[in-house]
Amino acid sequence: MTPHSKQPLSPHLQIYRLPLSAILSITHRATGVILALGAMMLVLILSTAANSPETYATTHQQLDTWYGQIFLLGLTFSLYLHFCNGIRHLFWDVGLGFDLDTVDKSAKLAIFVSIVFTVATWWVATRMAG
Amino acid sequence: MDSLSTPLSKVKGLGSAKEGTTHFWHQRLTALILIPLVLWFGFSIASMPVEHATLTGWVQQPAVAIALILLILSTFYHAQLGLQIVIEDYVSTHSTRTASIILSNFLCLLFAIIGVVAVLKISLGS
Repeated sequence: MTPHSKQPLSPHLQIYRLPLSAILSITHRATGVILALGAMMLVLILSTAANSPETYATTHQQLDTWYGQIFLLGLTFSLYLHFCNGIRHLFWDVGLGFDLDTVDKSAKLAIFVSIVFTVATWWVATRMAG
Repeated sequence: MDSLSTPLSKVKGLGSAKEGTTHFWHQRLTALILIPLVLWFGFSIASMPVEHATLTGWVQQPAVAIALILLILSTFYHAQLGLQIVIEDYVSTHSTRTASIILSNFLCLLFAIIGVVAVLKISLGS
């Protein structure tokens, strides 16, 4: 092994500690799939609202439960994380921010901003509800 | 001769799917338009009470209805493009993969249509 010990290893997923950027990359896919379901949820809310106040009330009741609230909170965070990381991808698409230091900083910034946006959205929302 | 592809197909540069970079490009275009739409939607929906009358009153404003329809269409197109990539990467059996993509495309189209019809029904007040 000695001659090869300084060489980079291929990222074997079972033993390789993923860098933050790689974790964000797979999270971007996961949140994308979650958001597709969230978009269907939005359509459900709109279509029950279009149907009648009574059917809308049923959707509202379900979303007002503890599991509904956890779902909506997860959806909000997924939305903003996918949003921030997506903007990060758009910068890469035009060739900006590729050096490792910037990649790491922008990853942390994306997570930080999405937490701030989630808290801000829920702060506004709970004030309106209360 | 280095390649079996004709000079014409090289110039067109569309590859085996005959689409070139269309999928990639449309994913980015919808991402761009979704930046303002998502910010607007997230904070609008948070800053209103969740009663039926408030929601429908909001959707009945023409500007809101237009923005919502734009949001629904770009979201489901963006979702369709993204889900296709995920399926292509993780479903390896060819027949299952094709079936999954067709199903996912159909669901995205269906939900987009339901969403648009719902917004129109509320905003036209019937």
